[in-house]
Amino acid sequence: MRKPIAAMGSGGESVAPERSPQPLLPLQAAGVTLDIAGQRLVDDVSFTLQPGSRTVVMGPNGAGKSLLLRLLHGLLEPSAGQIRWGGVPVNPDVRRRQALVFQRPVLLRRSVAANIDFVLRLRGTEGRQQRDEILERVGLLERMRQPARLLSGGEQQRLALARALATRPEVLLLDEPTASLDPASVQTIETIVTAAHAEGIHIIFVTHDIGQARRLGDEVVFLHGGRLCEQAPARDFFNRPASQAAQAYLDGRIVL
Amino acid sequence: MQDFAESIRVAFHLVVSADADLLEIIGLSLRVSLSALVVACLIGLPLGALLAIRRFPGRGVALVVVNSLMGLPPVVVGLIAYLSLSRAGPLGWLELLYTPTAMIIAQTVLVAPIVAALSRQLLEDLHKEYAEQFRSLCVPQRTAIAALIWDGRYSLLTVALAGFGRAIAEVGAVIIVGGNIDHLTRVMTTAIALETSKGDLPLALALGMVLLVIALVVNALVMALRTTAERYAYA
Repeated sequence: MRKPIAAMGSGGESVAPERSPQPLLPLQAAGVTLDIAGQRLVDDVSFTLQPGSRTVVMGPNGAGKSLLLRLLHGLLEPSAGQIRWGGVPVNPDVRRRQALVFQRPVLLRRSVAANIDFVLRLRGTEGRQQRDEILERVGLLERMRQPARLLSGGEQQRLALARALATRPEVLLLDEPTASLDPASVQTIETIVTAAHAEGIHIIFVTHDIGQARRLGDEVVFLHGGRLCEQAPARDFFNRPASQAAQAYLDGRIVL
Repeated sequence: MQDFAESIRVAFHLVVSADADLLEIIGLSLRVSLSALVVACLIGLPLGALLAIRRFPGRGVALVVVNSLMGLPPVVVGLIAYLSLSRAGPLGWLELLYTPTAMIIAQTVLVAPIVAALSRQLLEDLHKEYAEQFRSLCVPQRTAIAALIWDGRYSLLTVALAGFGRAIAEVGAVIIVGGNIDHLTRVMTTAIALETSKGDLPLALALGMVLLVIALVVNALVMALRTTAERYAYA
């Protein structure tokens, strides 16, 4: 069982968060550990992320990538260790300034437009023009009246991405958003993510696609067996991986 | 057998000729049961949603109680409502006994637990799907409840249907608090009970036929709505 940090929402009624002048980055993870049912799934992970870069979290299946992302976002509470965003422990106010796109998009049983309206209303920024701009940005404006769940897999993920961007996050966390999508959809999503980064949003992107990591990453955090094997600038990581596990992974060998 | 056939013939005639007494009874039945359903939904849906998403000490006991209340015997509810609304009761000053309002109250007590218990199960399943996304978005609890009810609205129609079925078909509670007074509190089920005991089978049969038709029409409407919703992936 995963341990949620808090009950749904903050429990408070204020839905339009005040933007704190304190920036969210740097992110400091110190000795982050997660035990579930007696199993250590994330083991003493420590790293620091500086503002501005696109961080790719890589590793084989079961490395703890998605768990780490949930820990960083505050959906899970670490069994030990600390996570601080701009010096502040992760809490609902910090989470409101971030957005997480899940591997399998969870869309409301409503139209495309209503899915965006929901988060705009939540953040107190409801407006048809804003919604249309966001949908235009992800290429879904013409499908705004369609039921969200009748979109293709790629379109659903674009809508999830649009919904995340509608919250105007300072940090965008993406958990393998292009897994099992066709190349055209992958390219579209990568373009949107790149554009979001160009606007100043810090990107933390989980993937096990080496090609994608090369295209998107400025720096790489490589996990293996729940442990941090290395954190390095992307160029260094791909040219001279420091750990054997990373080398094997990049060589396409099976990493156990 | 001949009497039975004759009764059916007369019953058909009553229905086709839109007999005034028959229409009055049908109208009151629908008014009472639909009002009770609306009030029960206003109480039961938020309660069901709250039970679906909140984790609190004693939740298990609350679920058992709500589920058990689904099986409340109508005569017991009628008796409790009668005692509460009678002149000596705590709500006697309202002077509601033997009025349609008293019948609505009694049926609301019967239907609200059904709506709460069934919607709880349904909304809990939907919440499992939404929970992590809602936590990520920091959705306040009230907004989450409203979203769950709205997104589950087509499935909740089935819940409302179950509640309506319970209300329109019950006789025990309404006969105790309503008194089955002609032109005032006589509804289909109490009229059927009375006319059958008097041996006036045609009216009883006519009312029975109308009850069946209402059940069929309501079910058909709900099924049509759900099918449409499923086609658009809203259900």
